[in-house]
Amino acid sequence: MDRSSAQALIRFGLGPRGGEPAPADPTAWLLAQLHASDRPAIAPFPSTARGLTTLRADRENKPPPGKSASRALFRSEAQAELAHALTTRAPFRERLVWFWTNHFTVSVRAGAVAPLAAAFVEEAIRPHVTGRFQDMLLAVMHHPAMLLYLNNAGSVGPDSPAGKRGHRGLNENLARECMELHTLSPAAGYTQADVTAFAAVLTGWSIDLRADPPGFRFRPFAHEPGSQIVMGRHFPPGEAGGIEALEFLANHPATHRFLAAKLACHFVADSPPPDAVRRIEAVLRETRGDLGAASAALVHLDAAWPPGTKLRTPQDLVVATLRLLDLPEDHRPNLLGTLGGLGQPFFAAPQPNGWPDHAADWAGPEAMLRRIDWAYAVSGRAPQTDPHAMADAALGPLLRPATAMAMHRAGSRREALALLFASPEFQRR
Amino acid sequence: MLTRRSALLGLTTAVTLGRVSLAVAAAATEQRLVVVLLRGALDGMAAVVPYGDPALGELRGALLPPAAGQPNGLLDLGGFYGLHPELTGLHAMYRANELLPVHAVAGPYRVRSHFEGQDYLESGTDHRLTSGWLNRAVQALPGTTAARAKDAALSIGVEVPLLLRGAARVGSWAPPGRVTVPPALYTQIAKLTRTDPVIGPAVREGLQGRGFSSAIMAGDADPGRDRYAFPALAKAAGELLHAADGPRVAALELVGWDTHVAQTPRLTYVLRQLDAGLVALKAALGPAWQRTAVMVMTEFGRTARINGTMGTDHGTASVALVLGGAVAGGRVLADWPGLGAGKLFEDRDLAPTTDLRAVVKGVLAQHLGLAEASLRQVFPGSGGVTGIPGLIRA
Repeated sequence: MDRSSAQALIRFGLGPRGGEPAPADPTAWLLAQLHASDRPAIAPFPSTARGLTTLRADRENKPPPGKSASRALFRSEAQAELAHALTTRAPFRERLVWFWTNHFTVSVRAGAVAPLAAAFVEEAIRPHVTGRFQDMLLAVMHHPAMLLYLNNAGSVGPDSPAGKRGHRGLNENLARECMELHTLSPAAGYTQADVTAFAAVLTGWSIDLRADPPGFRFRPFAHEPGSQIVMGRHFPPGEAGGIEALEFLANHPATHRFLAAKLACHFVADSPPPDAVRRIEAVLRETRGDLGAASAALVHLDAAWPPGTKLRTPQDLVVATLRLLDLPEDHRPNLLGTLGGLGQPFFAAPQPNGWPDHAADWAGPEAMLRRIDWAYAVSGRAPQTDPHAMADAALGPLLRPATAMAMHRAGSRREALALLFASPEFQRR
Repeated sequence: MLTRRSALLGLTTAVTLGRVSLAVAAAATEQRLVVVLLRGALDGMAAVVPYGDPALGELRGALLPPAAGQPNGLLDLGGFYGLHPELTGLHAMYRANELLPVHAVAGPYRVRSHFEGQDYLESGTDHRLTSGWLNRAVQALPGTTAARAKDAALSIGVEVPLLLRGAARVGSWAPPGRVTVPPALYTQIAKLTRTDPVIGPAVREGLQGRGFSSAIMAGDADPGRDRYAFPALAKAAGELLHAADGPRVAALELVGWDTHVAQTPRLTYVLRQLDAGLVALKAALGPAWQRTAVMVMTEFGRTARINGTMGTDHGTASVALVLGGAVAGGRVLADWPGLGAGKLFEDRDLAPTTDLRAVVKGVLAQHLGLAEASLRQVFPGSGGVTGIPGLIRA
């Protein structure tokens, strides 16, 4: 394995999988993944209808805390999503799925999200990771997981028929986070009036839990009448006005700039060189937000190929370790418990801005020690492994002589493996 | 054996586990300082209710608890303000003259984004810095030499919040896990990671922090399932700060304040956690409570009016709480802006009349003895903001 093959597997992918040959042509291997579609082998396949039906049943049956059908559905689907990451042959594509899922964070810290989280990924994110940003944004903003997480489902126009009856009114949470976190970013200079107007545009974007199947529903009765002005543009009333506003936000130059910076931060370095950001921004602008083209442009950036500029997040680290060990399914550690213990519980980001993507946010002293503790624990699950063959498969030429030497001197296979997993070159990507 | 040296080598630790986290730093002082960050924007008007304002009822009707004196009613603070009914521990501190709420408070930031708001709150400026004001305050303590400051940092929790990041070093304590790694392997890994600028220092300080904290926490029974809950970590903070050779500064975080929907039940839960945590902190500090000042703050307040979903949206001014045995409490400090027609900021939020930096500067100056020149470094660009006098007992 040469350096660029290792880098393709580690930086763009999720780490090499035990027993699989390294790609002969790394660039071609990455680009080919952008043209293939994928569908994880999850049975039954996650669906919003099933998630909402489960949520409805829980609301009727009121099970004790921790015993809800929603949590059970979340656990099984979340395990399946992680298992897919451990085995997929399109790991670059999977990394893009994670990137965009984090960009559009929904979190099970809001209980209603739990039975919808996997469906959100499979319906709103995965189909669009190499499509147009506008289509992903529309799918996300129509998705019940997001409408519940950021409280839009109950937002009512004050002058709508429902609003005039009293009791209810605007909730601007989704509108604000959509502008701040999903599209423009505050650098665009929008005002409180823009947020309020956009919240009015989104009134009526709601959920019908009683329908069969339950799902998204636009409620004209709750929609604020009249057109609205957001950032100087008029948008007509109705669901169409919301779609128009989202298309405007998706293709705004500030959105392209913001997305380019985030992508470069993920694939180049915590502080990427400005010309790398400008290159991605230009591709997004010229293609009106073609995420496949932007992903290909990342592969073609020279700045994305020096190794080790990024610290692996706990999720990256766990998945890379387990892909490498390739343990039989019944021999893997509990993935959800592991991620929680390492400080990145799956689908449970504390806030709507998602998990951070800078080394400083993950390099707390206790966080680092927990990684070491976990490296030692998981190394005990692979007693027959040849640590040196594993080190070669994991890192190829990126393995440092100091690490190889320490592994040679280790008193046991388990300790040798733990040294590999705790080494700086394995902690980085 | 625990020595002064080992204590100073610990010193800044943080874990974010679930909804809470805690970080502590050693410092050249016998005074104790605790900062509690409430992430997500606390509704100040729900925590400390200005029930005496005639315009409150129309803005807040359905969100207001029963009046003082009624069952589950407000806990009166002298005739105009009342504490939320869940804050019984804080009310006892108020009556003991140990709690000083400061109302209608905000930092210099006005844009209502949580994430910028929190960054700026922790940076202590109106833009994001790479170090936090609390770390800079630790460095600026009188008697802290450069060498000592460099060694001055133990952390509790997984992540170190921006508030405590900076030149003062960061070390760690977290409730113990189940794996027992051979000590020699830790040593080898410390050596192997030494040259990595990010991983190396973290591993080194983590090991120092664990050794230090486990010595102090050795007698502690495993607090079990709730060991990551806010009251448990607040108690741990109190025990670490209480130790003679322990750290002197701690930062805790509690999330769950972003109450856009169904504010009443959501706030009840988090306020109860906050109250129980501050009571546990006081108990664990023991006699050191008399040398303690705690500041509870949030990135901004919430709208004065109820929104469409029985909650409140992002606003401007909120409340800050200053408490501790060292605090001149038993009163509410506010230049109350009023809630009536034309009084709200941008016709929606409680108007800010006190700069949060003036509160913090007052505490840092009176409690830790920071001079004006140091305070200007702790809060760059705050030359026009003067510390409020009289926050700490003379």
